[in-house]
Amino acid sequence: MLLLLPFIVLVVVYFTSSSLRLAVNPEDKLLPSATQMGNAVKEFAFTEDKRTGEYLLWRDTEASLKRLAIGLVVSAALALVVGIATGTIPLIGAVLSPFIKVVSMIPPLSVLPILFIVFGLDELSKVVLIVVGITPMIIRDLQQRTREIPSELWVKAQTLGATSWTLILRMIVPQLLPRLLIAMRLSLGSAWLFLIAAEAIASTDGLGYRIFLVRRYLAMDVILPYVMWITLLAWLIDEALRRLTRWAFPWYVGAQ
Amino acid sequence: MIEVRNVWKEYGEQVVLERVNLKIEEGEFCSMVGASGCGKSTFLRLLLGQERATRGEIFLDGKPLPGEPDAHRGVVFQRYSVFEHLSVMGNVLLGFELPQAKFFGRLFGARRRAARDDAVAMLERVGLGTVLDKYPQQLSGGMQQRLAIAQALVMRPRVLLLDEPFGALDPGIRKDMHDLLLKLWRESGLTIFMVTHDLKEGFTLGSRVLVFDKVRIDPQAPGAYGARITYNIPLDHGGASAAARASANSVAQSAAQSAINRTGRAVAARSIRSEAPT
Repeated sequence: MLLLLPFIVLVVVYFTSSSLRLAVNPEDKLLPSATQMGNAVKEFAFTEDKRTGEYLLWRDTEASLKRLAIGLVVSAALALVVGIATGTIPLIGAVLSPFIKVVSMIPPLSVLPILFIVFGLDELSKVVLIVVGITPMIIRDLQQRTREIPSELWVKAQTLGATSWTLILRMIVPQLLPRLLIAMRLSLGSAWLFLIAAEAIASTDGLGYRIFLVRRYLAMDVILPYVMWITLLAWLIDEALRRLTRWAFPWYVGAQ
Repeated sequence: MIEVRNVWKEYGEQVVLERVNLKIEEGEFCSMVGASGCGKSTFLRLLLGQERATRGEIFLDGKPLPGEPDAHRGVVFQRYSVFEHLSVMGNVLLGFELPQAKFFGRLFGARRRAARDDAVAMLERVGLGTVLDKYPQQLSGGMQQRLAIAQALVMRPRVLLLDEPFGALDPGIRKDMHDLLLKLWRESGLTIFMVTHDLKEGFTLGSRVLVFDKVRIDPQAPGAYGARITYNIPLDHGGASAAARASANSVAQSAAQSAINRTGRAVAARSIRSEAPT
């Protein structure tokens, strides 16, 4: 129960401050009451938008999750291939590792304008931002993990008749997959960051777009529920990946 | 069957092995003993093909040994000998799948069923018939080594190389493993090379004991001379009466022990010197 304590404290502090401010000025927008937020949720989630006839929250959620999912899957696939190639084949590793190290130092948001110019303002540039943002880190992680596979296992696989190809297929890929899922979990936070940044700057829908749009009207009653919703989604994805790791790789010790 | 001709192994300035000559017939069980750092594991890696000799050559059945580990040579290490992502069954099946399926590394249908039957038979021989679907993580250390042995044996290697295979096991379990290994050796007629720290283990198991030792030691340059096989002791485990056998073997064992102690002291002295401020 102690784990709930900080949450309860936060809620109590918030609503006390909120009611104090609203008592002084009922028009105050900074700390909306539960009723105000409830009305906003009703309007955004359960009422058709007058202009488009859509339920905004769900449309935003769908758009954002689609971008996030594509970005994560593309990054994971790319990282798996490059991570294994650089970690397994010394020549490729020697050529590409320093390059990847340098690329991973580029602040991804600083290349966002380039992405907008090159890929246009629609879906592609947002997905590419996520990929550019998280792939180098996952690659470096997998590369390191590949090198950590004990040399005994490489020798053992060779004595069992493995070729380089079957060695990658039957030993390295299966041993790296759970680590890939863990690396994805760790980079989820960054992925959300890049997604919301890209949506805030140029988009017509998405959770990030919406909170930056209503910021103009100081609509804290919309922003706060949206932030909570995003947090919930992030937590659910993390939990789903955790369970997937445990279910798919029961042998993996690190899958807590 | 295995012939080692004048093999040297050097790492830069450091000579690890020098002038190693050896001829081993098929079906021998060679225990390799010696003080730590005297090159017995290096010699095993040379036989395995994991490393190449700096000078000299090793022949297997009259042909130069391939310079990479391959299916002719099975190996069991002290640790990391089994694949943790595969079940007990999967670990042994891998030995059938990798040589037969060059592209997918997997077998399907009838060939898979045949391989499965063979794998089960092998696992029953090493006493793992009841834990086919467990992962190595769920097994004890002794069972993991049984699995590693089974995995190596299904390949029907020409030579089985063991690098301190029981070094991490409890004494009681070690005894069981000795019995198992001797049984498998007698049944299969394999040629075995085993590195061990434990002199007694080497003498109980081996049909031949090879003692690695440095003949020459230069106190000013500890790396200048390497180790050789100083004793090559054939052991008689059958034939003569048990008492005579035991006494002959124990004489040999104490000779080996004193050789090892001597090198051990030298190694210790060397390390003290090298730690002293210059």
